[in-house]
Amino acid sequence: MADQAQAHAVETLALREQFDTAAQQRDAVTLGMWVFLITEVMFFGGMFLAYTIYRDIYFQVFALASSSLNAVIGAVNTAVLLCSSFTMVLAVRAAQIGHRRALVIFLILTLILGFAFLGVKAFEWNQKFQEHHVPGPTFHLDGTAEQGHAQLFFSLYFAMTGLHALHMVVGCGLLTWLLFQSLKGKFTPEYMTPVDISGLYWHFVDIVWIFLFPLLYLIDRHLGR
Amino acid sequence: MADHTEHTEHIDSIQTYGAVWILLLILTAVTTAVAFIDLGAFSVVVALCIAVIKMLLVALFFMHVRYSTRLTKLVVSGAVLWLAILITFTLADVWTRGLIGTPGR
Repeated sequence: MADQAQAHAVETLALREQFDTAAQQRDAVTLGMWVFLITEVMFFGGMFLAYTIYRDIYFQVFALASSSLNAVIGAVNTAVLLCSSFTMVLAVRAAQIGHRRALVIFLILTLILGFAFLGVKAFEWNQKFQEHHVPGPTFHLDGTAEQGHAQLFFSLYFAMTGLHALHMVVGCGLLTWLLFQSLKGKFTPEYMTPVDISGLYWHFVDIVWIFLFPLLYLIDRHLGR
Repeated sequence: MADHTEHTEHIDSIQTYGAVWILLLILTAVTTAVAFIDLGAFSVVVALCIAVIKMLLVALFFMHVRYSTRLTKLVVSGAVLWLAILITFTLADVWTRGLIGTPGR
């Protein structure tokens, strides 16, 4: 009994009372985050499926609408996001080996790249408004009589890229919070759970874009011209 | 450090992460370039294959799935399974509608 009381007394962030070992706690944390990410997979999966079905039904007009997107800007933004994943994984690594300065620097870099991605996205959306490619009364896509089906493409485009961008905004919020916490020296190699699972989240959002980019921008280009 | 050796947490080298990152950028360039070549129906196949490779690189290396516990690996594979069920069954429905007549009409 005395041992137990002592064990309780030394409870830390790295080893909560309900876990036997710190390693067990880390495994549980990773598993829990992945379970959440699976719900996100299914969430985005539904939209990918809707896109697949409508692309199949309105093939010609979807190809035309898809080709109106700027593939080069999309590719550049993909590269920006992949760079942010690289800096994020280096931030997690810095936390694992206890390099506080490196952790802070890589978190800042990831945050900058995250904002850069959102900035490019905002530029693209702004272009859509100028080109009248936003679904609504003023919508017009050149070269097709099926304006309604073309609007369907852009509705899906805005829903999918919009929800992805929303996840990026949440990610940037997490990064900002991590930055302040790491400046206060809250993370050590023994306890860096928030950095670790925010990293998983950030990479997941990256993976969503890895699929969004080819499906929205690339696969029908050869037909649209 | 000696008292921390009980966690056998694997930490990849910066070189490994750097190599994965360069590979991801190359694959992005490849998939973009291929989009401007007319491959017919294969453009979807090529684009999705490259996307899956990129996803695996990110998941296995950046998300540390390679060194996760077997339970986590199982759960991660589960995501693919559930997604496959969602897509397969819905498409099986949509693509076969109208193949057989509606009784009574």
